[in-house]
Amino acid sequence: MLARPWVARVAVIVVLLCCWEIAARFLVDPMFLSPPSRILLSLPEVFETRGVPAALRVTFSELAVAFVLSVVIGLAIGLAVGLQPFARKSFMPIILLLYGTPQVTILPLFILYFGIGPASKIAFGVSHGFFPVVVTVVAGVQNVKPILLTSARSMGASRWQVLRYVIFPHMIPSFFTGMRLGMTGVLLGVLLAELYVSTAGIGYFTTLFTQNFDPTRLFGLISVLAAMAIVLNEIVRRAEVHFGRWHTD
Amino acid sequence: MRPAGNEGRLASRAVQAAFVVALVVLWYLGATRWGVNPLLLPNPVAVLGDFWAILISGEFIDDLRVTLGELAAAFAIAASLGTVAGYLVSRSQYRIRAFEPLFAAVYAIPIILFLPLYVLLFGLGPASKIALGATIGFFPIALSTVAGFGYVDKVLLTAARSMGASDYQLFRYALLPAALPIMLTGMRMGFTIALLSIIGSETIASLAGLGHRIVQLAEGMEMARMFAYIIFVVAIAAILNALVSALEARGKHP
Repeated sequence: MLARPWVARVAVIVVLLCCWEIAARFLVDPMFLSPPSRILLSLPEVFETRGVPAALRVTFSELAVAFVLSVVIGLAIGLAVGLQPFARKSFMPIILLLYGTPQVTILPLFILYFGIGPASKIAFGVSHGFFPVVVTVVAGVQNVKPILLTSARSMGASRWQVLRYVIFPHMIPSFFTGMRLGMTGVLLGVLLAELYVSTAGIGYFTTLFTQNFDPTRLFGLISVLAAMAIVLNEIVRRAEVHFGRWHTD
Repeated sequence: MRPAGNEGRLASRAVQAAFVVALVVLWYLGATRWGVNPLLLPNPVAVLGDFWAILISGEFIDDLRVTLGELAAAFAIAASLGTVAGYLVSRSQYRIRAFEPLFAAVYAIPIILFLPLYVLLFGLGPASKIALGATIGFFPIALSTVAGFGYVDKVLLTAARSMGASDYQLFRYALLPAALPIMLTGMRMGFTIALLSIIGSETIASLAGLGHRIVQLAEGMEMARMFAYIIFVVAIAAILNALVSALEARGKHP
């Protein structure tokens, strides 16, 4: 019966959910914990809460815009820095240093500069998302074998042709890895900023539900956001697997 | 053309220094000459003065103690639970195939989302930050422990067994040395993201700590002081990360 690993996996999840259900029904104060069955049944209620669907829509569009901007900016900076050995040696240490600093310390600054609307969340998401794209694009450009560049040039390829037919195809796998890491960063940045701003958007509702001791709707809202994050992650992960597969070394 | 050798490195360093100097000069000019609102961009001289005042007066100590205490507790929990869970999973190929994808899937969710739940369950104090930091730190540590212990070269184990190694000897001299480097990398990652998430959750909802202090100053519009604190926190994070990286390197090459 337990011959397949996924059976054990599902069994563990089911056991955990049952423990949660029993704990929430009989052991823990219902002000703090809600059983999973009730959370599931009250999901429609979450969506009927005034303003929640709009907040979810806004968050989703922030994620999408921040991801696209991260990829575009990251690709542009990555190519600008990666294609020139001198620029790479000069600017990569600075980029890695900035990548390593905890940007969450400047979250209040983003709100001051960009306001409490979508702009600050998009900007904060981009600040988390574009670094991994830059780093992987630079690594991808760097990994192109010099002999390919030399032979392309010796056959009379123009600068654009080298870029189009040699460098781009070679950096596709690492570019998609960068997009996956960028999505992780964008999710973190946008959701951090959303939770931080407690007067509008998702943060308003999580604060409201927490202060009203309404764990059912709080769990419901967070489950919806988690599902959104999982779907977005899965899309870029599939894309990474798909576009990384053909590449052989 | 690629500048060769020392000359090229010197030029790179010069560009880096010029970049930083240009940034500071632009900041200074923006704040003093071009009339950028001091609420958006405080004078760097004032920031430096406040930074110095914070260091001298020692007013940072209380907040630093709170944040470091939360970090220590969260990391202790994440490291002990993560290694135990990872080790137990790594003991059979079946368990690895059953549970590794589960850990990896949860690790991919931005766990900061659960902060409101933790605040509801554990309150606004340090407990919710410790719980969140421990949850976030757990996954890279558990995953790297599985990777470290689960994929030890079979030849090594068979050789050790055939030479009569006991269970303890097998663990101490074959499994552990093979797994330790990977585990240490996981521990460093767990430490780093636990630190980030603790500062982040202090920023979002808390009563004390470095992240809380920055938010308080932002809400009070004390911009110079806030910038000074941001520099302070970034420096603390850099020191901690350097320390952990050094420990990791030492553990790998004793």
